[in-house]
Amino acid sequence: MVSPNSKVILERDRLQTILDAIRAQGFRILGPTVRDEAIIYDDISRVEDLPIGWTDEQGAGRYRLCKRSDQAVFGFIGGAHSSKQFLFLPREMIWKVVREGKGFRFVDTQRDSAPLAFFGVRSCDLHAISIQDKVFMPVDPGYRARREKALIVAVQCGLAGKTCFCASMGTGPRATGDFDLALTEILEKQRHYFVVEIGTQRGAEIMEHVSHQAAAASDLEKAEAATRRALSQMGRTMEASDVKDLLYRNYEHPQWDDVARRCLTCANCTLVCPTCFCSSLEDATDLSGDQSERRRQWDSCFNLEHSYLHGGNIRSSPKARYRQWMTHKLATWQDQFGTSGCVGCGRCITWCPVGIDITAEVRAIRESEKRHGND
Amino acid sequence: MDPPWTQSDPLLTPRPYRVTRNRRELQDTVTLELESGDGAPLSFSAGQFNMLYLFGIGEVPISISGSPHEPDPLVHTIRSVGAVTKAICGLKRGQTLGVRGPFGKGWPLEAAIGQDLVLIAGGIGLAPLRPAVRQVIAQRDRYGKVSLLVGARTPKDLLYLAELKEWRSRFDLQVLITVDSAGADWRSHVGVVTMLISKAEFEAGETVAMICGPEVMMRFCVAELRKRGVVAENTYLSMERNMKCAVGYCGHCQFGPTFVCKDGPVFPLARIEPFFRMRGV
Ligand SMILES: Cc1cc2nc3c(=O)[nH]c(=O)nc-3n(C[C@H](O)[C@H](O)[C@H](O)COP(=O)(O)OP(=O)(O)OC[C@H]3O[C@@H](n4cnc5c(N)ncnc54)[C@H](O)[C@@H]3O)c2cc1C
Ligand code: SF4
Ligand code: SF4
Ligand code: FES
Repeated sequence: MVSPNSKVILERDRLQTILDAIRAQGFRILGPTVRDEAIIYDDISRVEDLPIGWTDEQGAGRYRLCKRSDQAVFGFIGGAHSSKQFLFLPREMIWKVVREGKGFRFVDTQRDSAPLAFFGVRSCDLHAISIQDKVFMPVDPGYRARREKALIVAVQCGLAGKTCFCASMGTGPRATGDFDLALTEILEKQRHYFVVEIGTQRGAEIMEHVSHQAAAASDLEKAEAATRRALSQMGRTMEASDVKDLLYRNYEHPQWDDVARRCLTCANCTLVCPTCFCSSLEDATDLSGDQSERRRQWDSCFNLEHSYLHGGNIRSSPKARYRQWMTHKLATWQDQFGTSGCVGCGRCITWCPVGIDITAEVRAIRESEKRHGND
Repeated sequence: MDPPWTQSDPLLTPRPYRVTRNRRELQDTVTLELESGDGAPLSFSAGQFNMLYLFGIGEVPISISGSPHEPDPLVHTIRSVGAVTKAICGLKRGQTLGVRGPFGKGWPLEAAIGQDLVLIAGGIGLAPLRPAVRQVIAQRDRYGKVSLLVGARTPKDLLYLAELKEWRSRFDLQVLITVDSAGADWRSHVGVVTMLISKAEFEAGETVAMICGPEVMMRFCVAELRKRGVVAENTYLSMERNMKCAVGYCGHCQFGPTFVCKDGPVFPLARIEPFFRMRGV
């Protein structure tokens, strides 16, 4: 009998049984898988669906999938996808309206879909989920329904990428909560296995159906060592403790002009960011004209129309839009939701076509203040 | 087959309202009186807004312009500036539109009890202030001196003209009206509304100012009020930003650290001052 907060061992060759146990409880399992030369998030059912033996090299504006020399199951960082697209859907109907005589009737939507299980969620992304919870849980019944049912199997990072900076943001590399189960992969010459941390009663119930062993102190020490290894590989840093005040002081800094000359306002950064939540609403009327759907889709503060008011756009310049995005992530978000809007996952750096790096932009502003003083 | 539907939240899904009256105010502006499909009037406070939805066309934020103490019918004054507002202005008696709300924080009429009031409106900005004026008149003895300063482009652009005349005839209300330009028969002020601030009667230390109009106009008003000694903590503004959801999730209405839809639209200047002074925020 396993209980929350306990730790057990699962052999690599029994990993399939955990997927089977989750499936048996009616979950749709979403996890990392290789497609079109990248690691994406999609439906998985077998261990072979996972990116076994693959890794991904990342840098500013660069992502490359490569073969590993071993058969590690979680020996990669992760791609542009995150659980965001399954909880806060890229497109969703939020209500529809049907003509009835001279008037019309509004109908709410709420699809009863299979509960979701997210397999292989990293610590940064766990934090991103709780950040989006603050935005959507109070006001979005669709999100709330999906989120409340979701099961989370985290993976403790044993390596970090060149664009990662979760350690600076206090969001990783080790996940300390908000998961049902968390796996740490231990790959040795003789033995390949996982240390499984049980986070919740639901996690414990799943482990009831999975053959496992007791964990020895040496196993737990190996799991800690994996975290230390990830920490030592962290590719980037950001001084986050006072970044809110730094940016509030520097709305008029020349660095915004500098970054605006490089930024294409393509919105890639906002789409890959696991916390970005902007959306817009549109109507789609069917051909008969008797029914219209109100649809929500992802939007981005990099789009000119985002700030449209009759008579003009508030943020008409790329400079104003980049400043809005970065200041929101790192400063105004803290006043809005009591947390940073950035978890240091590095996706915006990796997936920016021109390699703009949020950590470098902050550093440039900070260093110019040091040179010129702040008054 | 239709998916299962659940009962809706009035802040998220509109309710049908029927137009009982469409009164033309100005060439491009109408006032609609609306009756709830299920009969329950929408209670609101002065300065709050609703999202008005027109079948297949879209949804826009519009302030409530009626009296908070007489919520039935629901009253909105709309200026036609684009697709949605044009279609709403064209609604006829008996036609239906969708309403969700009310949203946001309104005018600080409770906090201002015992104070002098100066209410300043530019153009359509009188529409969101009208519920405040009506509430103040209904509870006139709660406040000190009250002045209403109204600006419009020309005499033909003055909203609620009959009502303005009625307010002007009251002895307990100072109503000053100005237009940017007028013919020889105009017998009131000519010039921008900020110019009226020096003529308004109030004791600076005990005054609450409430302003609604274009952002530039509000900037000048703020400067003029400060000259007369009204501090930022006692100066309130109604802000406008693009709005989609009105409940704080779509991100469109962000203004610095605030969401205009839920933290506003009415803000004390002290809360937004650094951002109010900047462009492109
Ligand atoms: C809190 C609040 C209260 C308002 N109260 C009133 C009122 O009482 N009377 C009135 O006539 N107008 C009011 N407005 C302005 C009104 O919402 C816009 O005129 C309207 O959205 C224009 O929509 P449109 O489709 O006709 O025009 P378009 O120019 O075609 O606009 C297209 C879309 O952009 C957005 N948009 C454009 N202008 C604005 C704007 N000023 N504010 C917010 N979103 C905008 C809307 O989503 C709109 O559908 C208010 C705005 C806000 C934010
Ligand atoms: S801003 Fe960049 S690094 Fe921060 S959470 Fe978003 S994508 Fe990740
Ligand atoms: S920062 Fe990079 S990814 Fe983001 S909008 Fe600019 S060019 Fe695109
Ligand atoms: S209108 Fe959507 S967040 Fe304010």
